[in-house]
Amino acid sequence: MKHMGEMLLRPDAFHEIVMANTALVRAMVEAGTRVITSYPGSPTPEIAAAIQSIPAARRPFYFEFSTNEKVATEVAYGASVNGHLSTVFFKSVGLNVAADIFVQLSLMNLIGGLVVVLGDDPGANSSQNEQDNRHYARLAYTPVLEPADPTEVYLYYKEAARLSRREQMPVIVRLTTHVCHAKQKVAFSAWQPAPFEKAPRFDVANGPYIPLPAYVGEHKQKTLAKLARVREFAESSDLIERMGAPDKARGVITWGLPALSLLDVLAGVDPRPDILKLGITYPLASKRIIEFLKGHQEVLILEELDDLMENEIKALAFDAGLTTKIIGKRDASDWIGEYTPDKVRAIVHKVWPDLIPALPETVEEMQVPDRPPQMCPGCGHRSAFHAIKQALAKSDITVADIGCHTLGYLPPYEMGQLLMCMGASTGMGSGLALFNETRKVVVFMGDSTFFHAGLPGIINALHNRHNITMIVMENGTTAMTGHQNHAGTGRNFNQETDKIPIRKVLEGLGVSAIFEIDTYQQKQLTALVQQAVAVEGFSVVIARHPCMLKFGREQRRKPGFEPHRVAIDQEVCERIHTCVAQFGCPSFVRGEDGQIDINPELCIGDGSCVQVCPAGAIQPPFKTGV
Amino acid sequence: MSTFNVYMTGVGGQGIGMLSEILLRAADHAGLTVKSVDTHGLAQRGGIVISQLRIGEDARTPLISAQSADLVVALERHEALRGARTALKQGGVLIYYDTVWQPLPVRLGEEAEVTAADIQRICQARQARLIQVESSDMTDVRMQNMVMLAQIARQGLISQLSPKHFLQAMGDLMDGALLEANQVIFEEQRQ
Repeated sequence: MKHMGEMLLRPDAFHEIVMANTALVRAMVEAGTRVITSYPGSPTPEIAAAIQSIPAARRPFYFEFSTNEKVATEVAYGASVNGHLSTVFFKSVGLNVAADIFVQLSLMNLIGGLVVVLGDDPGANSSQNEQDNRHYARLAYTPVLEPADPTEVYLYYKEAARLSRREQMPVIVRLTTHVCHAKQKVAFSAWQPAPFEKAPRFDVANGPYIPLPAYVGEHKQKTLAKLARVREFAESSDLIERMGAPDKARGVITWGLPALSLLDVLAGVDPRPDILKLGITYPLASKRIIEFLKGHQEVLILEELDDLMENEIKALAFDAGLTTKIIGKRDASDWIGEYTPDKVRAIVHKVWPDLIPALPETVEEMQVPDRPPQMCPGCGHRSAFHAIKQALAKSDITVADIGCHTLGYLPPYEMGQLLMCMGASTGMGSGLALFNETRKVVVFMGDSTFFHAGLPGIINALHNRHNITMIVMENGTTAMTGHQNHAGTGRNFNQETDKIPIRKVLEGLGVSAIFEIDTYQQKQLTALVQQAVAVEGFSVVIARHPCMLKFGREQRRKPGFEPHRVAIDQEVCERIHTCVAQFGCPSFVRGEDGQIDINPELCIGDGSCVQVCPAGAIQPPFKTGV
Repeated sequence: MSTFNVYMTGVGGQGIGMLSEILLRAADHAGLTVKSVDTHGLAQRGGIVISQLRIGEDARTPLISAQSADLVVALERHEALRGARTALKQGGVLIYYDTVWQPLPVRLGEEAEVTAADIQRICQARQARLIQVESSDMTDVRMQNMVMLAQIARQGLISQLSPKHFLQAMGDLMDGALLEANQVIFEEQRQ
């Protein structure tokens, strides 16, 4: 068996099939990155999984999952001004959390260098929006490199690290979902560990590190000079390349995954348009772009998401007095979704119908029932929603937060009717409670989110005496992103640590109405929620049950593990269908005639369903004898 | 050489990721240029998992265009129909493991369960070869992907790959009792 951790530390040059997120970790090792921080979020958690494959004692760097993206960025910044090459990575919307410090990074002298790896999500595969973080890069005067595949991710990170160290400024490596998750064979260089210089090199003489109004102009001037040097670097960098036929009529400027989609689409097309592929997308290599524009009658800017480059390139052409026709976005569909080969084909066809045919019409043959994501069999959140729903009136307002429990908005529960971003439920709930004397407001929050961004909203609700009930959906992990530890679990990425118990935090803040129960105790949970919502002011119910996906995996690994499942007693079943239609565990199977059975491939034998059947037809878990 | 596209689909928890990783590495052991990508937004929570794999030097992205998969591999019946609709090309091959994990609208009684006849109909419409796989004694659901792998090997569905390549790939990814158990299933099922 090939061991990923061994591979990542190989001293010789080698080839290996890897996911881009894994290739990135080898690049960090080779670049001499010393401090890496993050908060889990798709499409980036596999970066941490690759790091975890290296035994802690052998890691040539320090890694932590920080409490949230802002703290992660702060830790990376502190390490950088102490002389350590640092990297922070997180998902697209993580940059909103980190923004307060991120926008200032380029104004400071980062003597160790700092690479910000962003996992953007065009197409919103696993995010609440498809925000284009290139806007932030411009706001924060921060260079952006955009690789397209695993090999480029590996090479571009190393280039970003060199650039960042040289200019002592932050550099963004912007990835997107299918770049992060793409796998292919990558050629890696040799690596020899360098001695680790631990001495703290922080020196105010490298600053100033205080952004006083008096220094702002001076800081900004230095930063703009650095950016100008990066622009000069881009003018000769081989991260920007001409690909394609020297067609004088048509050219395309593009980068990242859309550039590869274009090459897929243009396979076999003759004459093929000329292509300028930009690996550095901010600041722009204006001379090379103008030269490319000059050489063609029409140039398409193939740009995923927003139209930043289109506008900059049109401005460049205007200033240079060029007559080249520059074609950008035509309609709203060009602003939406990921630029897959199919999407790029549609766009290129719209622009140059003679060049490539349209996509074949999809024939709508047979319908397939949708398969929305579900809470897992045995999930404690299912018992919680089933019980909480019975404690509330239909008109009451329930506010969701980010996490597995967000899935409660789906039928049959329909709990959690609003959702925005991490930790927002208490604040939004407080607003919903104003002037509201008729509809109870109940807000949900997961345990990792509680520590990430939950506390300010809770403190606000207490301080300003808002009348809401918060239900902490505590499953003891950061489940949705792959079971990372958090401040409440008693373990960090590297070692055992002291638990920070949510209940004690709440008590310390002065919350007097705290109720607590395991969610499988459904009747008691219903009663506690009824009591909690009757409290005037801020009340809390801690609805606890371990993540059963994680717990089940741990149980299966233990010697002597015996699988269990439940069964339906068909003699007793009255086909009331509470189990399948209201409790809604995916293990229940509905026959055409309305008969209910258990899918043995899915049932984990947790037995949380037994109590929901009014007829008592669900037999308690028994050993399946496997 | 033209590109050979393999589109794999199933429900989170069925082992699509492992199946895809084995095919990816098997193709590499066979000396082929290969790319792949998994799409699994919230798949861990009972959603759809898709893995795309493209063999050939001309493939620049791992993403397969609509209805251009030479081979669709599905680990569940509803996902077989969905995968065929999305990806199966005219004259391609669909192989699916005939188990059912009912999606929410079926469990709520709002929509009908997909039948084996539905799968036959779409394959007829696409003039595609259909292979239905069942292994009723396969009690461990996490081994179904191995049954599929063995069938892919047995029927030579990816012509450039031989059983040796699959076994080499399995050896890259597993060891000990797990590797042994999977090898046994693979060898039994491909006879």
